Amino acid sequence: MWLKVCVTMRVDSAPPDPFSLRPKRVHEAEGRGRRAFALFQAARHSGPLVWILPAHAVEVPMLRGLPKGVGERLHLLRPVNETDLLWCIEEALRAAPVGLVIAEPSQPLSLTAGRRFQLAAEAGQTTGLMLIQTDAGSNATETRWNCEPMASNPDSTLHHWTLKKNKQGTLRSWILNWNGASAAVHMVSEAGERYQPAEPAR
Amino acid sequence: MALADARAICPDLATRPADLATDAAALASLRRWASRYAPMVASDGSDGLMADISGVPHLFGGEADLREDLQARLERAGLAAISAIAGTRGAAHALARHGGGIVADGRLAEGIGRLPVTALRVDHDTAEALARVGLSRISDLINLPRAPLARRFGQGLVMRLDQALGQYAEPVAAEPEAPHFGVRMTLPEPIGLQADVMVGLERLLDRLCAKLAQHRMGARRVRLELRRVDHGAMQVEIGLARPMRDPVRIAALFAKGVDEIDSGFGIDAMRLSVPVVEALAPEQIGGGPTIRHEDALADLLSSIGNRIGFDRVLRLLPADSRIPERSFLLAPAVYTAPEALRHQAGPQRPITLFPPEPVMAVSGSPPASFRWRRMRFTTLRAMGPERITPEWWFDDPAWRSGLRDYWRIETQQGPRLWLFTTPQAQAWQASGGADWYAQGEFA
Repeated sequence: MWLKVCVTMRVDSAPPDPFSLRPKRVHEAEGRGRRAFALFQAARHSGPLVWILPAHAVEVPMLRGLPKGVGERLHLLRPVNETDLLWCIEEALRAAPVGLVIAEPSQPLSLTAGRRFQLAAEAGQTTGLMLIQTDAGSNATETRWNCEPMASNPDSTLHHWTLKKNKQGTLRSWILNWNGASAAVHMVSEAGERYQPAEPAR
Repeated sequence: MALADARAICPDLATRPADLATDAAALASLRRWASRYAPMVASDGSDGLMADISGVPHLFGGEADLREDLQARLERAGLAAISAIAGTRGAAHALARHGGGIVADGRLAEGIGRLPVTALRVDHDTAEALARVGLSRISDLINLPRAPLARRFGQGLVMRLDQALGQYAEPVAAEPEAPHFGVRMTLPEPIGLQADVMVGLERLLDRLCAKLAQHRMGARRVRLELRRVDHGAMQVEIGLARPMRDPVRIAALFAKGVDEIDSGFGIDAMRLSVPVVEALAPEQIGGGPTIRHEDALADLLSSIGNRIGFDRVLRLLPADSRIPERSFLLAPAVYTAPEALRHQAGPQRPITLFPPEPVMAVSGSPPASFRWRRMRFTTLRAMGPERITPEWWFDDPAWRSGLRDYWRIETQQGPRLWLFTTPQAQAWQASGGADWYAQGEFA
């Protein structure tokens, strides 16, 4: 007689790198440094990149300032109205080959829209990053980051990135040095970490 | 007659420049139509068509009836044409340009004898030389011995004469038909359901794509025309991100357009055409993941482009310019290929660029404190200046203020901005400090 034993090991699958976005989910970034955060993430994702920004947006990515390897993979979509923009986001998330979808919705995201994006990201196995105005996100987001540039020494470019909302983890705050325009994209090891209690989740 | 002379005679003369390309296109379509009379139709110069009607006239009831039918149809279409039927190509050419008519079989010499020698397709010098010796009509030439004629006026004249009289073969060389990428389908019963239209579309697409594959072409735009029973016509047109001939993937792009169609009392005819084709070599299908990913990305760009417009699906391309706005191009992604940026030494560039925005309440140069976008900033560190001069060969209104000194300003508040000032513009400004503008933001 055989006894079949099933052992389920719960492996802590949290990635070692705190800044890697959970794949197949949609995330949000706000604050003045959100575009820098988006480019940092773009450099870390392989495959084609889609950046969706409204046609009336004045701030466009400048090719020579982008991290190495991002410029030639980037596709810029400039839909005229908000409906088309949301449609473009969903369509891009649903497409399998896209590595990262970055979008700048100009109006607050509704819960319905956020939920639809999550479903589309799961269907297309694509990661999304919404660059939102402060507090204009949806509750369906996986994580929400607050990104601010910081005044720094001459030899460093400091960023203050705060994880404000996290569905599957804890909230934290980091101060790190990332030179966004340099050829090599890497984390500097001596990133200062704050150990005081983080702000309550919103 | 020169245009000036013509205007002098008739001051109200309406003139229009000759459009040779359109004329040639019109002649080509007329040639396609004329193939109803003969299997071999060739264009004859820039203003004529030549058809080999051997064995055809009895189908129209004889040569005279055929010619009448042709003339009547052309007249109904509003075209003034002169036609001639003769036993040889040269004779028909000569007669058609001198009044037209029919030359009976075996009577070529009599039929064209009265025509001037210029009708023989000889050059101007030969015709003049013939006129000088008193040979003005073809009948004058026919009876002359050939050897002295050839010695004096060249072999060309004798050859043209022999061609007109049928002693020298001259076939009608019809050029090959350009492939036409269009298929149609008429339905015995009108249809109205979206699914039915899609099934019809798939059948048409199968035929169309087979034809495209045969000619090694790919569609760049595809147009579906639908005719309703009340003779209303509707059309759906899609663009493709790259040349394609895969029926399934093209059909998927039509789904939205077909959804919006009002079928009325039903649709009884469908026509599918390809207005824009591009060469597409045969390629491995269902290959490795790279090919599948490229296909999927092209499908994504097609479906997005068909909704928001292909001019809004962009790609960043490097350009050779020091001017920030012109250092890259925003080009439609479906018509361009990605281009790697060559490494360029020099100062760092911002990650985002926007049109210059004036910076207010500036103190000092470089500014120690300033207001921008309703925020107060204090400068922590300023790096620069980097002087960029305008490109004098382009008249750019934004750069009329002369050269610019760009500074990277790191602020106490955090943002790292790209500010510039225009030192040349200050010289003639009334008073006060320099004008400062923000144009970019660093990471």
